[in-house]
Amino acid sequence: MPGVLARVYVTPKRGILDPQGKAVQHSLHVLGFGEVADVKVGKYIELRLRDVAPDGAEGRVRAMCERLLANGVIEDFRIEVAEERG
Amino acid sequence: MRWGVVVFPGSCDDRDALRAVERAVGDEAVALWHKDRDLRGVDCVILPGGFSYGDYLRCGAMAKFSPIMEAVAAHARAGGLVLGTCNGFQILCEAGLLPGALVRNRSLTFVCDVVTVRVETSDTFFTYGCPPGDLLALPIKHGEGCYVADEDTLTALEREGRVVFRYTDRAGRAVPEANPNGALNNIAGICNEGRNVVGLMPHPEHAVERLVGGEDGLKLFRSAQAWVGRGAAGERRAQTVVPGP
Repeated sequence: MPGVLARVYVTPKRGILDPQGKAVQHSLHVLGFGEVADVKVGKYIELRLRDVAPDGAEGRVRAMCERLLANGVIEDFRIEVAEERG
Repeated sequence: MRWGVVVFPGSCDDRDALRAVERAVGDEAVALWHKDRDLRGVDCVILPGGFSYGDYLRCGAMAKFSPIMEAVAAHARAGGLVLGTCNGFQILCEAGLLPGALVRNRSLTFVCDVVTVRVETSDTFFTYGCPPGDLLALPIKHGEGCYVADEDTLTALEREGRVVFRYTDRAGRAVPEANPNGALNNIAGICNEGRNVVGLMPHPEHAVERLVGGEDGLKLFRSAQAWVGRGAAGERRAQTVVPGP
């Protein structure tokens, strides 16, 4: 069975203070990129899963996010899964 | 009264917590290894400060799955006393034993200082001996101490008197300048609905010695001892602030 590459993007929830995003936005403005209206700094997590199909993988990765990879109080997450042939 | 201090890989305030208990109240305190599943009959479990599991992923995110945490959660559900300081507070939030979360300081810098905190309620085991409004000088040292929660949670915490400690200036005013990390409502510490789980970012265990850190932490540990000693029939303390002269 082929493997699956799952990409997880964890970002600060809307309304939650993101001081890193604010600091980065400020620096970009200083550098002349005035068009930057908002910045969110999050995390990118890559998971390689073996012996699963993309269909089944998404639910499993979702469970991983809910239990460990993201904290639902402060973070949102988004998952992309793609088949990966060894 | 028996106390236990959990030692996670990366904990660094566990020894100070053990010593604080001994110095403040002379009770027996035992170290509890994170891989153990038995709390050895302690009345109060302390989750100490430090950097459990290297703060990987999020502060406290890994520690909440340590074997001992199942026992800590069961202890909390049964009404047992649990105290988390700094990383311990972060772990309690990650584990869902306290609401909200602790995120990066608004300044983006690590803060190491002595701050003033105001005791907001005497109705917890850890503040039983302090009148509401009592001002304490306690050390802080953290990079992720900014307390956040959604609006409903925050409203409930305030309404139910579950904000236990608040950062203030030396005059006891909860002004923005006295907020070291950007915590909502200047919150330094909270308790759960049952009031038996308390978490705070400051370090009372570093404040039990006049020579270093001051002695304001002593009365918090002594509060716990008095709370346990008051017996089941003990009365809850009045919530009202007694106006000064």
